[in-house]
Amino acid sequence: MAFRQYRIGSIMFGVALGTSMMVTIFFPSIDMSKVEATKYALQYMLMYGRESAFAYEDPFLEGKGKPITVVLSKDPKTGQPLAEKVTAYVYKPGTPFPSPLVHEGKLGDKIEQASADLGKYKQATEAQGAVFLVRETKDGTPYIENATATRGWTPEATLAAADQQFYAGAGRTMFIREGCWWCHTLLPEQTKDWQTFGRPPVIGDFNGTSPTTFGSDRKAPDLFHVGSRNSSREWMTLHFFNPRLVQPHSIMPRYDYLWYTGVKDKAKAKQLQEYIKRWDKEYLAYARGERVYPPEVPEPPADSDARKLIDFVLTLK
Amino acid sequence: MLKYLFAREEDIPQGSAAIYAGVSAIAWFIIGAGLGSFNAAKLAFPDWWHGYYSLQFGHMRQVHVHAVIFGWIVLAFVASSFYIVPTLGNTKLWSEKLGIWNVLLWNVGLALALALLWTGITSGREYSDHIWPIDLYIAFFMAVPWAANVWLTILNRRTQGIYTTNWFFAGSTFMTIIVFLIGNLPEWFHLTGLNEAYMTWWFAHNVLGLLITPVAAAITYYIIPKITGNPLYSHRVGHLHFWSIVVFYSTPAAHHLMSAPLPEWLKSFASVEGVLILVPAIAYVTNILLTMQGKWRMFVENVEVKFTITGVLLAIPLNFQGGFQQTRAINWYIHGTGWIVAHAHLALLGFSTFAEAAAVYYGLQVLTGRKLWSYSLANFHFWMLLIGFSLYWISMTIAGLIQGAGKIYQVPYIDVVIAEHPYMIVRWLGGTLVFLGNIIWLWNMYMTVKEGTPVPEGRQPHELAYER
Ligand code: HEC
Repeated sequence: MAFRQYRIGSIMFGVALGTSMMVTIFFPSIDMSKVEATKYALQYMLMYGRESAFAYEDPFLEGKGKPITVVLSKDPKTGQPLAEKVTAYVYKPGTPFPSPLVHEGKLGDKIEQASADLGKYKQATEAQGAVFLVRETKDGTPYIENATATRGWTPEATLAAADQQFYAGAGRTMFIREGCWWCHTLLPEQTKDWQTFGRPPVIGDFNGTSPTTFGSDRKAPDLFHVGSRNSSREWMTLHFFNPRLVQPHSIMPRYDYLWYTGVKDKAKAKQLQEYIKRWDKEYLAYARGERVYPPEVPEPPADSDARKLIDFVLTLK
Repeated sequence: MLKYLFAREEDIPQGSAAIYAGVSAIAWFIIGAGLGSFNAAKLAFPDWWHGYYSLQFGHMRQVHVHAVIFGWIVLAFVASSFYIVPTLGNTKLWSEKLGIWNVLLWNVGLALALALLWTGITSGREYSDHIWPIDLYIAFFMAVPWAANVWLTILNRRTQGIYTTNWFFAGSTFMTIIVFLIGNLPEWFHLTGLNEAYMTWWFAHNVLGLLITPVAAAITYYIIPKITGNPLYSHRVGHLHFWSIVVFYSTPAAHHLMSAPLPEWLKSFASVEGVLILVPAIAYVTNILLTMQGKWRMFVENVEVKFTITGVLLAIPLNFQGGFQQTRAINWYIHGTGWIVAHAHLALLGFSTFAEAAAVYYGLQVLTGRKLWSYSLANFHFWMLLIGFSLYWISMTIAGLIQGAGKIYQVPYIDVVIAEHPYMIVRWLGGTLVFLGNIIWLWNMYMTVKEGTPVPEGRQPHELAYER
C-alpha cells in the first residue's frame, strides 16, 4: 500500500500512554497499599462494613448487610460490669466483612500481626458472624480483636447486653444514597479547616473504607467530626425533619420522608406519611403567625432510615 | 430512523447515524440543562417543590451531570465523528447500521442509567457514579461500537495521511475505553481507602482530559478550516498539541485531591504536570486563532465560526485556571468551592459546548442538504448560551471566592450560605437561559430539516443567500 503506515507513531503512542499509566497508577497504588492503618481507620472500617454503596448484599442501598455499633458496660458473656465502657462492632451471621479482614496486606504488617496473634481476627467467619473491638498493644500499635474468639461474645448476646445500639453502617449507606455528599464533604482540609471542622485526616485513616466519598463541592459544613461539635440527637432530629426549624437560613433539603422509608410496619409508615402531610399545613400556619408553636416533630421509628442516618452522623467524632 | 435498524447497509442513506446522534444530543442537552436549572433553583430556594421527594437535590444532582456529559457532550462527539471522520478520509462511515444501533443503545442505556442514579442506586464515586453493571454496558455497548466505527473508517480511508482531527478521534476513543475500564477497577475489585479515592479522581480527570477536551479541540480543527477555507495554520503545532495531550494531560489526576492525605510526591508530581497542560492548551489556541487570519469577519457573519471561535476563546481562561488553580499556592483557597464548579462549567458549557454546537449545526445542514432555517434564531441561541453561561460562570466564581474567604477566616458556615444566596439566584437564571436557548435550537433544526433551502451538490450551506 502506498499509504502512510503510522507504525512509529503508534508505538510512540503506546509507550507514552503506558509510561503515563505506570507513573499514575502502578507506582501510586503500590505506594498507597503499603500505608499503615491508623486506629481510626480500624474503627471506621469496622463500623461501616464492606461497601457503603451498591453491593450484592444491598443492591437498592437500603442499608442491608451492615454491622451494628454498640456500647457495652457489662460483659455479654458473664454479665459482670466492665471496668470501662467498650465500643464493639457486631457482625450478625452473614454480614460481609470489610475487605482488609478477608484480604491480607491492607492494614500494614505490624497491625495484621498483632490482630492475628492477640486478636485472633483470622478465626472470624462471615457465616457465623463475629464481634470486633479495636484495641492497642502496649507499644501503641492498634489492632483488631475478634471478641467472639477471645472472650466468647456472640453477636446475639452482645446485642442483648448493649446499652446503646448505633446503625452507623446502614446510616452511611443512607448518606450516600441520599446524596448528602454533594453538599457536605468528609474531608477537613489541611489548611485552616482544622480550626472549625476538626483534625484533617492523615494518610492511614481510610484503609478499609469504601467508597471514601470525600466530596468535592462543599456547599455546607464538613461533617468528618460533626459528632464532636454537636452530639444532640434532638437537634439532629429536628434538623433532618426540617432544617429551617433550627436554622432559618439553611439551604439543606428536608429529609422528613426518611421517617417512613425503611419502616417495616406498613400501617405505621402510612400513618407517618399522612402525619407529615398534615405537618406541612400546620407548619405553614405557624410560619404565617397563626400558631404560637410549630407542630411537634415525631420521633423516628427504630427501623426508619432517619434513625440510621442520625446514628451515622452522631458517630462521626 | 428506526426503520434502518434491520435494513441492509447499502440501503441506509449516508449520514443517518450522524443525524440520529445529533438530534438525540440536542434533546439530551435540553433535558440536562433543564435538570441543572431545576437543581440550581433548589439551592436558592430549598423548599421549592417541597413534597415531591424524588426531586430531592441529592438525587438529581448527578442525573444532571451524567445527562449533560453522556447525553449531550459525548453523544455530540459521536454525531460529529460519524460525519467528520469519513469526510476527512474521503470515504463513508464503516457501518451506518452499527452507528444507528450504537445511538439507539446509547439513548436506551443512558435513560436506564439515569433512572438508577435518580433513585439513589449508585457506586458513590463522583463521575463514576454508575453501578458496575451499567459501567460494563457503557463500555461495551456505547463506547466500543463507537470506537470500532471510528477506527475502521480511518483504516478504510482513501487519503494518504491522517488529518489532525482524526488522530484525536482515533486516540481519544481508544484512550476512553482504557480509562473507563481501569477507572472502574475500584468497584470490580473492592478497592478501599486512598486507592479507591485516587482511582475515582484518576478516572474523572482522564475522562475529561483524554476524551472531552481533545475531541472538542479536534472538532474545531475541522470546522474552522472547512468553513473559512483557510488551511490549518500549522500541522507541526497540531502534532505538539496531540502529543502533549497524551503525555501531560494523562498524568495530573492527583491534583484533584490536593487537600486529601495522598502521598506528597504524588501531589507534587501531579501539580507540575498540571501546569504543563498549558503546553497543549497554548499550542491549540494559537493554532486555531492563526488559522482565522484574514477571515475574522466570519466570526461575526457565520454561525458556526461564531460558536467555534467563542469556544476557543473560552479555552484561554479555562486553561489558565486549570493550569494554576491546582498548584498548592492557589488550591488551598479555592478547593471544593463554587470556583471549581464555575471552572467545570467553563470547560463543559463554555469551551466544549460551543465547539460542539457548531459541529452539530454544520453537520445537520450538510447531512440533510438543507440550509439553516433561521439565522436570527441561531444568533438568538448563541446569545442565550453565551449570556446564560457568563451569568453562571461569573456568579459561581464570586460565590467560590466568598466560600474561600469564609474558609480561611473561619466565618460561621451559615453566614457563607447567606452571602452566597444572591449568586445562587443568578446561577439559576443563567442555567435557565441555556435551557430555553436550547429549546429554540431544537425548533430551528426541526424547521431546517423541514423547510430549509436545499443545498445543491458540492456547495456549502453558508455560501447560499437567504431567499426570505
Ligand atoms: C443542598 C445541600 C445540602 C444537602 C444535600 C445536605 N445538607 Fe446538611 N447542611 C447543609 C447546609 C447549608 C448546612 C448548614 C446550615 C444548617 O445547619 O442547616 C447543613 C448542616 C448540616 C448538619 C449540621 C452541621 C454542623 O456543623 O452542625 C448536618 C449534621 C447535616 N447537614 C447533615 C446532612 C446529611 C446527613 C445530609 C443527607 C441526608 C445532608 N446534610 C444533606 C446543606 C445540605
